Amino acid sequence: MQTHQYDVVIVGAGGAGMRAALESSGRARTAVLTKLYPTRSHTGAAQGGMCAALSNVEEDNWEWHTFDTVKGGDYIVDQDAAEIMCREAIKAVIDLEKMGLPFNRTPEGRIDQRRFGGHTRNHGEAAVRRSCYAADRTGHMILQTLYQNCVKQGVEFYNEFYVLDLVLAESEAHGGEPAVAGVIAYELATGEIHSFRAKAVVLATGGAGKVFKTTSNAHTLTGDGMGIAFRRGLPLEDLEFFQFHPTGLAGLGILLSEAARGEGGILRNSEGERFMERYAPTIKDLAPRDIVARSMANEVREGRGCGPNRDYVLLDLTHLEPAHIDAKLPDITEFARTYLGVEPYTEPIPVYPTAHYAMGGVPTNTDAEVLRNNTETVPGLYAAGEVACVSVHGANRLGTNSLLDINVFGRRAGIAAAKFAQDAPWVEMPGSPEQHTLNLLEDIRGRAQGERVADLRRTLQETMDRDVQVFRTEESMTEALEVVQQLKERYQHVVVQDKGKRYNLDLLEAVELGFLIELAEVVVLGALARKESRGGHFREDFTKRDDENFMVHTMAYRTPLGANEQRGVSIFTDKVRLDYKPVNVTRYQPMERKY
Amino acid sequence: MSVDAPSKKPIAEAVEVPTFQITLRIERYNPEFDTESHYEDYEVTVHGTDRVLDALHTIKWDMDGSLSFRRSCAHGVCGSDAMRINGKNRLACKTLVKDVNPDKPITIEPIKGLPVEKDLIVDMEPFFDSYREIMPFLVTTGHEPTHERIQSQADKDRFDDTTKCILCAACTSSCPVFWNDGQYFGPAAIVNAHRFIFDSRDEAGDQRLQILNDKEGVWRCRTVFNCTEACPRGIEVTKAIAEVKRAIITRRV
Ligand SMILES: Cc1cc2nc3c(=O)[nH]c(=O)nc-3n(C[C@H](O)[C@H](O)[C@H](O)COP(=O)(O)OP(=O)(O)OC[C@H]3O[C@@H](n4cnc5c(N)ncnc54)[C@H](O)[C@@H]3O)c2cc1C
Ligand code: SF4
Ligand code: FES
Repeated sequence: MQTHQYDVVIVGAGGAGMRAALESSGRARTAVLTKLYPTRSHTGAAQGGMCAALSNVEEDNWEWHTFDTVKGGDYIVDQDAAEIMCREAIKAVIDLEKMGLPFNRTPEGRIDQRRFGGHTRNHGEAAVRRSCYAADRTGHMILQTLYQNCVKQGVEFYNEFYVLDLVLAESEAHGGEPAVAGVIAYELATGEIHSFRAKAVVLATGGAGKVFKTTSNAHTLTGDGMGIAFRRGLPLEDLEFFQFHPTGLAGLGILLSEAARGEGGILRNSEGERFMERYAPTIKDLAPRDIVARSMANEVREGRGCGPNRDYVLLDLTHLEPAHIDAKLPDITEFARTYLGVEPYTEPIPVYPTAHYAMGGVPTNTDAEVLRNNTETVPGLYAAGEVACVSVHGANRLGTNSLLDINVFGRRAGIAAAKFAQDAPWVEMPGSPEQHTLNLLEDIRGRAQGERVADLRRTLQETMDRDVQVFRTEESMTEALEVVQQLKERYQHVVVQDKGKRYNLDLLEAVELGFLIELAEVVVLGALARKESRGGHFREDFTKRDDENFMVHTMAYRTPLGANEQRGVSIFTDKVRLDYKPVNVTRYQPMERKY
Repeated sequence: MSVDAPSKKPIAEAVEVPTFQITLRIERYNPEFDTESHYEDYEVTVHGTDRVLDALHTIKWDMDGSLSFRRSCAHGVCGSDAMRINGKNRLACKTLVKDVNPDKPITIEPIKGLPVEKDLIVDMEPFFDSYREIMPFLVTTGHEPTHERIQSQADKDRFDDTTKCILCAACTSSCPVFWNDGQYFGPAAIVNAHRFIFDSRDEAGDQRLQILNDKEGVWRCRTVFNCTEACPRGIEVTKAIAEVKRAIITRRV
């Protein structure tokens, strides 16, 4: 085992991780550990834009943006966090421009802005042009720009290092409470284990979309950061709130940005009807995602779906000028051509909701400090981006607010972690901190026969798609829970064929599957207990929002892994405990959510 | 433009997609066990709309878990899975099986010119080293404006094409000059230099041109056009290189 020591270790090199690194590397000795090369991170897949009330093209202000965020999240947003995000949005966009991001421009040469779902003028009056964008590859440009600036600043990266465990230790200096001591990582190229001692650790590992089958998320988005923290006894917040994006390419899940509708695209059913007029008369196709996704699923259920199996609806861009499509939506129209053989100039595109975004995650406060219960933090531990839950997205994230989130809270995490590391004492690493990781890997690698990773994963993903997607019921979820619990058992027998050290992705897929199973259970348990419908969580047996009983964040805990567990013992727990945390309401009282 | 009128177009009736058998002939190499590489054939059932990446996954997940390749996004935006498919550099996730003549065995090999680490995985460090050498970041001097810098859409359009690069190395590893001359920067690095040289906000164009004017720089390019043909983002790589060459000669961007 190799050992390293840094003031700050950042886990993940997507938008959140690199934005944090740009802050912390100038202030403290920083390493970024990432399982992918930084520019492969899924931030690069983001298309539509990043909202900020710049008022470059029409009147706007950050308070309206805050309101939209709170309302879009179905009021379970922590309003202090939303205020910070929307206020700092303006600086976040300008910072990116100064770093070199090539935004689309207005005729005056300012940053151009366009409409996006749920973003409105003056508390819902009409759609407002708030999203700053670079064609339909805004995320790509953010990821590239942040990486370029990391190169400029000489940020130190450990590429293709998988962090598999977080080391916490009770620390005298921190009043005997658990504090960060470091992380354990696996080097893909060699199979070697590395222990990184650090005063501060920032989790920035992104989302967990692979819990579902149909998803816009990358194969590598397996919720590692959430799983690692959870196994060490830290809570996960609001994991039942998962966003299903309305317009995934039918059957594939590849995303077609909401920008397509922002630019004038229209959803139609088999009768050619613009059905969103019935569900959201004011802003129609630009209603928030949960509403559009459910409306689409409902059209299909009521027999107005298209195609041979009547199982999708159509996104119609045919009334837009081809030149306009090429200028504003070049990438996504190419996806339609490449993967479905559909020409968007002349043919409508088959679309269906796709699992897109985890609103929940590792709970933090507005300084990105990770909470270990409703009020206390873990000294030295930070989280930002999709892995975290601040919570600015509540029950449903507005489009463009995640690229914003990763920039605002990534920056805050980097500053806070570096500052903490400057003042804090080192926490002693416990003896053999790598033992859990070694056991985990050797258990899997050492098995001669058993079940294939892919079979378990397929069962998990298909079950989640069928039972825990846009429509949920007690019955469907009880069924899902049973499957997930069987999978925990079956995971004990999972086997890999690759027994080597070099680039053993077979082994790592097995480890990632463990995180997916762990998280799926938390999603289902949280969703079962939340007997109401709110944002992305829709219960057919409880169709109304219930503020009296459920205007609270879910906090899920498990029995933490023991310090010296044995080989052969399940990494899962029988006991997931649900608790609840109050929502921080500042100025907006819950109202009915109508668009 | 009447937005609300129902579409006159007939509703797309997707035809039932056929499934068929293909053979993938994959170059395998694991230095832990092998002294040299060899080819292995795999028979796979694919659907009409499957990508080569789907076929590779079928092998890895259901047949031979030791087959190793990089991938992440699965739709051509992360740059992980450039490989040689029937001798051409392609992203496996952006190449449909039906488009590469599935009647004959499809050959899959790692990209050329970078050391093979295992199966389809190559060492990307030399590639990123060249990239880092051309100062791939905006350089400005003087006062920071309080708002954004002003840039006309026309000025932005001058380098728009080269901002699309996903650093997949398909171009660089398709370049015969790069195969034979380990010192050549390669097209991808020049594309990324172009992205900054032609950005009206940038002030380090001269330095970059200097770097590229050096012996291993842009002049090694013999305009073979492999790179443009290989680029999965449709970047006009050869054109970008030509623009950089011209800028060096005229010292004007
Ligand atoms: C197709 C698509 C389009 C989108 N469009 C938009 C949009 O237009 N606007 C918007 O606001 N949002 C959009 N989103 C959402 C947004 O892009 C993401 O939520 C956001 O980019 C997440 O950034 P991140 O930094 O948290 O994670 P990521 O960018 O996913 O990065 C995760 C990082 O963690 C690393 N990592 C993961 N696990 C480990 C581990 N175990 N060890 C070490 N490293 C690890 C990975 O290597 C990677 O570097 C979109 C999302 C998708 C999928
Ligand atoms: S220019 Fe094209 S082929 Fe070359 S690295 Fe960039 S995206 Fe890949
Ligand atoms: S997997 Fe991302 S480009 Fe192919």
